[in-house]
Amino acid sequence: MAFKLPIYMDNAAATRTDPRVVEAILPYFTEKYGNSASRNHKFGWDSEDAIDLAREQAATLIGASPKEIVWTSGATESNNLAIKGAAHMYERNPEGTPGRGHIITASHEHKAVLDPCKRLQSEGFDVTFLSPPADGVITRAMVAAAMREDTILVTIMWANNEIGTINEVPEIGALCHERGIIFHTDATQWVGKMPTDVERDHIDLMSWAGHKMYGPKGCGALYVRRRNPRVRLEAIQDGGGHERGMRSGTLNVTGIVGFGKACELASLEMDSERERLLLLRRKLERELSSRLEVVQVNGHAERRLPQLTNISFGFVEGESLLMGIKDIACSSGSACTSASLEPSYVLKALGVGDELAHSSLRLSLGRWSTEEEVDYAIEAIVKAVNHLRTMSPLWDLHKEGIDVSKIEWQTH
Amino acid sequence: MKRTVNLMAYSEKVIDHYQHPRNVGSFGTSKEVAVRKDVGVGIVGAPECGDVMQLQIRINEQGIIEDARFKCFGCGSAIASSSLATEWIKGKSVDEALTIKNTQIVEELSLPPVKIHCSVLAEDSIRSAIADYKKKNALGTEGKTTSASPVAAH
Repeated sequence: MAFKLPIYMDNAAATRTDPRVVEAILPYFTEKYGNSASRNHKFGWDSEDAIDLAREQAATLIGASPKEIVWTSGATESNNLAIKGAAHMYERNPEGTPGRGHIITASHEHKAVLDPCKRLQSEGFDVTFLSPPADGVITRAMVAAAMREDTILVTIMWANNEIGTINEVPEIGALCHERGIIFHTDATQWVGKMPTDVERDHIDLMSWAGHKMYGPKGCGALYVRRRNPRVRLEAIQDGGGHERGMRSGTLNVTGIVGFGKACELASLEMDSERERLLLLRRKLERELSSRLEVVQVNGHAERRLPQLTNISFGFVEGESLLMGIKDIACSSGSACTSASLEPSYVLKALGVGDELAHSSLRLSLGRWSTEEEVDYAIEAIVKAVNHLRTMSPLWDLHKEGIDVSKIEWQTH
Repeated sequence: MKRTVNLMAYSEKVIDHYQHPRNVGSFGTSKEVAVRKDVGVGIVGAPECGDVMQLQIRINEQGIIEDARFKCFGCGSAIASSSLATEWIKGKSVDEALTIKNTQIVEELSLPPVKIHCSVLAEDSIRSAIADYKKKNALGTEGKTTSASPVAAH
């Protein structure tokens, strides 16, 4: 075999840090270790220069100005700062009074968007959680239909982390700009993989993280538009006034240097990488769908990220499937770690039935994924699914022509 | 996506039953076994809970379980629990089979606390299959019984 086991197919969770990124970071641990806020010696200047370069690399990747980049600890913090910061800045009425403002999001967003929105709801903001259609794509029309006179913020992710579906982000951004509403997008799975231009795509606020694009963990960025309109945020973290007062705290110089380098590499390599991974993902889906019955690729057939697929295998249970493919590192849509199972809320939001949600795998490819690895994964998954179906009573019922979803089960 | 499974947490016995399940199968389709008086069928659990166990037992005139077959939709522990149950009940009388407790399965397979419900389902499937056999043969049922098979709503 030309590759090592286990195979890594969980790049949507975290990518390998590119060795070129690691190389760029290393001097900033032991040689250039100054605080970038130290203004009166070379150590500080060196760190500040490195931060400036990274800011430029990040801005270039998304078509922004370096001054529009705010460094954070990751996309969760970026989302919190963007959503809570914008809501508190643009609120219609102060806390404790009714009608503070309306926010639009979608029910299959990442928890790092949903939970800040729920927090704001508890503070008196109105939040609309759009229900996605079966294909998972949030459109401009859906957002338009939910808009109200008091809507102050729309937050819709660019591409979904579990199923890879791509929302109509440029169109939603344009709509928000027409109506004078602030638009935030969680672009964690998108930036660095797909061409991004905050001007063309009408973005006001955008979150992303280093470890999803071959950079280090613990470093993220928030794009904050400075012109047309100038977006202001109420800070969450107070302190030394770093990042134009929006995010106080000593900058994570090593993380930021790596983040910048990862952005530069993405700018150079994303086009060829995207085409290569799309072919591999298509092979994965094509082979599994043709060699196994009752296979469902979740989410829109076309509007999907090239590197990610979410597939359900009918009548096999997810955890036993993972057990059968233990040499493939990936994610499953269900968790049998307690007596009450919780299938993925994203798949549930799309209306995927519990049985299919329980039996789903998320396979996400990356810069080092090879065709040999994809071939190995196909063989392993086909073998495991067939093994489990020989044992599955639901498979038998299906084969007898009985609709398993119409059976009344004796639940405990 | 939630963390789903720590493969290291499975005992060797569970992995062995998963890879080499004993007595997988059935004595016929659901319609065929429904009318066989010598076969008791137990189906417990539900797909939305992530576990469905089907146990079929063939009982001779002396009331001895001559053969057993299982099918399981569920995690590795559920598969192992039902596979083990078939091994244990074969050759036992109906009354002896009813004495098998889920705690014995937990002990044999070293199931962690989060997997105890798998052993409960296995015990239920034994009781359910025996209840079905008794019902078909108009024998008095005793103790805890559950419905023998799922009911098609449409």
